[in-house]
Amino acid sequence: MTKIGLEIHCQLTNLKSKLFCSCKANYREFEINENICPICMGLPGSLPRLNQEAVKKATMIAMALNCTTPDKIAFFRKNYFYPDLPKNFQITQLNIYGETSIGGTGSIIVGDKKIRITRIQLEEDPGRLIYEGSSSKNLITLVDYNRAGTPLVEIVTEPDFENPKQVRDFVNILSDLLENLEVSDPGLDGAMRSDANVSIEGGNKVEIKNIGSFHDLEKAVHFEITRQESLNSRDIQIIQETRHWDDKRKITVSSRSKEEDLDYRYFLEGDIPWIIIDPKTKENLKSNMPESISSKKERYVSKYNIPTQVATVLSSDKFYSDLFEESHTEVTAKEIANIITTDLMGLIDTREKRKESKITATHLKDLADSIQSGKISRNSAKNALYEIVKTGKNLSKVMSELDLGNVSDESELLGIIKAVIFEELKAVEEAKSNPQTINYLVGKVMQKTKGKADPKLTLDLLKKQLK
Amino acid sequence: MNLKISALEFVQQVQNGNISAEDFVAKTLERIQSIDDKLHAFLFVNEKAIDQARDIDKKIKSGSKVGACFGMPISIKDNMCIKDSKTTCASKMLENFVAPYDATVITKLKEQDAVFVGKVNLDEFAMGLTTEFSAFGSSKNPWNTEYVPGGSSGGSAVSVSAFECVASLGSDTGGSVRNPASFCSVVGYKPTYGLISRYGLISYSNSIEQIGPLTRTVKDTAFMLNIISGLDPNDNTTIDNKNEDYLSGIDSGIEGKKIGIIQEMVGEGTDPTVLSATKDAISKLENLGATCEDVSLDMVKYSVAAYYTITATEAGSNLARYDNLRYGYDFSVEGYEFNSYIAKARRNFGPEVKRRMIIGGFVPSAGHAGKYFLKAIKVKSKLTREINEAFKKFDLLIAPTVPILPFKIGEKINDPVSLFLIDINTVTANLTGKPSISVPFTISNGLPIGIQLLADSMNDKLLLQAAYALEQTITLQEVPI
Repeated sequence: MTKIGLEIHCQLTNLKSKLFCSCKANYREFEINENICPICMGLPGSLPRLNQEAVKKATMIAMALNCTTPDKIAFFRKNYFYPDLPKNFQITQLNIYGETSIGGTGSIIVGDKKIRITRIQLEEDPGRLIYEGSSSKNLITLVDYNRAGTPLVEIVTEPDFENPKQVRDFVNILSDLLENLEVSDPGLDGAMRSDANVSIEGGNKVEIKNIGSFHDLEKAVHFEITRQESLNSRDIQIIQETRHWDDKRKITVSSRSKEEDLDYRYFLEGDIPWIIIDPKTKENLKSNMPESISSKKERYVSKYNIPTQVATVLSSDKFYSDLFEESHTEVTAKEIANIITTDLMGLIDTREKRKESKITATHLKDLADSIQSGKISRNSAKNALYEIVKTGKNLSKVMSELDLGNVSDESELLGIIKAVIFEELKAVEEAKSNPQTINYLVGKVMQKTKGKADPKLTLDLLKKQLK
Repeated sequence: MNLKISALEFVQQVQNGNISAEDFVAKTLERIQSIDDKLHAFLFVNEKAIDQARDIDKKIKSGSKVGACFGMPISIKDNMCIKDSKTTCASKMLENFVAPYDATVITKLKEQDAVFVGKVNLDEFAMGLTTEFSAFGSSKNPWNTEYVPGGSSGGSAVSVSAFECVASLGSDTGGSVRNPASFCSVVGYKPTYGLISRYGLISYSNSIEQIGPLTRTVKDTAFMLNIISGLDPNDNTTIDNKNEDYLSGIDSGIEGKKIGIIQEMVGEGTDPTVLSATKDAISKLENLGATCEDVSLDMVKYSVAAYYTITATEAGSNLARYDNLRYGYDFSVEGYEFNSYIAKARRNFGPEVKRRMIIGGFVPSAGHAGKYFLKAIKVKSKLTREINEAFKKFDLLIAPTVPILPFKIGEKINDPVSLFLIDINTVTANLTGKPSISVPFTISNGLPIGIQLLADSMNDKLLLQAAYALEQTITLQEVPI
């Protein structure tokens, strides 16, 4: 049996500041080594100043993953030397001296599988190493400390995954959950990094470190399983080791380091006193948590009668569900859900497109209203949406500029209908004997008006003409 | 001009217009210039001190608001950061480190118009009790320059004792303020853990150390404490003391107070002269209306072992950052692999720092933590329980600050264990977080003896009242320099 366990490092990218100082948590916009201060650089005499907001957000994550939340949390020092670590120790959490990490055991359901969470810990991100030159000769390691001290939540799972697909499903759910909690933007480069432990058929456990994105995580796990299976089939022993994910070659590579032997000499971080999270604080956090994805989904189905499939897609993506929440009324809910899931999602299907898109809730509201009052056909609405996403102009302007309004002027429509009757004599006869076939004529009218004829009015007028 | 005045007298005289801050600071610098070759209290002197004092005089003359220090010359142990000033920890590792920020205590003193006359000597990274481990040479005891001044805040104690400044800030991890205060016959204070912000104090053993003032009088210590204590958002371990005024009611006396004599600190290994001084102090306190009784803190016998285990562990971690990559001394990283570079760069640590870092790598390591580090933590919590129990019965505890008299430079440097054991009376206050003070009590054959008082956490005010009462019973000789 294949066993996969994950350690996922999620940056709390939506926080204002780093975990122990007032430098920005969003370090990405800075020039190299500009987002630093005596604290995150570990200068002599500096002390960590705990970001209380990070404690709250991490507690929320623990709650969302159904983890136990201890009443007292502590921080520990993990001592090791690495150039990206300004203090040569990392301030992190662990549970060896009792449950002191921000989240204890928990679980979430992925598909029909329960994935158990071992613990959740709050810690600081190290800096970033930049290599220049070739590894054989003249390798230069540069360090950018802008990232050092960024708040990270590490989520450790039990080895409950059996295949890469379950891993993918889990990280998709996790990613939506973090976004929904407004703690993190999982799409940001390097915001979600993972380690994976993989073993097959009760064999030795191999740890893959340093997988830079959720996308690569599935690939790395898949590669590693295949590698181990191929060793097994040739009767080669799988050794317990640490491997690194090479994201250029998309393979795992043995680290050949003694990392496994490192003794981190964990001990309590005396500069940060124990933090008490009393029941009242927890209660407050819980009640202030954004509505969960599953409860949104349930509401969409039961209140608005939105099909389960559509509700699932809509609720899991915060960007779209926020748009939906802002724009819908009881009457237009279904229409808007449809516009979003069938049209809008296809139009802005990448991160960049989404960012550039000019669509607002008002646009969606206008669109749905106009469709329902017959001012615009669904077909034309699609074209209008395309233009709105691109330009952000309001609907009425788009409609007049592109001439997308429905032909609802009775005399104008009547002229078109008469022309159709004249051209389709055979079909007219048929329709007279078999009213079912009248739709063919409606279709012809639509063709002539490029889909802009008001369908209801067209049908009424046609029926009158055929009498 | 008389430099031999207390901090409070200085303030009064400047306020009265009897002296100017500029003159006083200038005379102080002259004195440093003339005698510090013999004492080596200072690592470097602030060239701008006179200008700064002059600016404060101007403020006084113009009638604008002036801080409580009125240009008082203060020396700072060189393990606290002053912006744009070298901060070396008396180590070759930080020989060229210029701090880009002020420690909180420095900010507070600047706001009160103190003038920093210079940075003073210490054992490298505050590890030691003689200043002999300073990378820049030992300081000398002004009472007899062949003798050690105590440490690690030796430079602070010497500079106050020899009138090279009015007051000084030291740091106390296991006695590093009180020990040199005792050896140099000045007042040395280790507050309740968390009373003074450590932001900008270069950590040695962060969970137990505190910044503390060294002054000529107990009142001066209260004066300093008023300025530098209190909650600091930059140090999460600070406690809110609600702006306590430690000077007010300092003369309340100690009538009716119960004082426990710590048996483990007056027994075997205590020098007879130190012991008789302690007995003398006890009877003086009784004459003032206190009652003194024996008390036993059983864990004290393990306290030094626990202390060195915990401090080495924390030092091993706190000093790990000195890999010379981001700051330090001139030694190019080019051509080195990371680990081999660090190994080379760290050779600049002195012998005592190396010894403690090696111990610090061992005692908390996976295979040995149970036998050493975790046991030390256990001793610490048991000792804390014992002393808390004692404070249910007693208001104060008393013991000699150091069990022996000052000794000669070089006498014990090759015997680290016997040096470690000298800390026996001081480490308890650090391990338990309690406030403790060393009051200069007597001079025996030309060498000072200090008496130590301890109080319960946040009873700093009571402790100062008792120290003041004891201080009033004695007349001290003047330092022969």
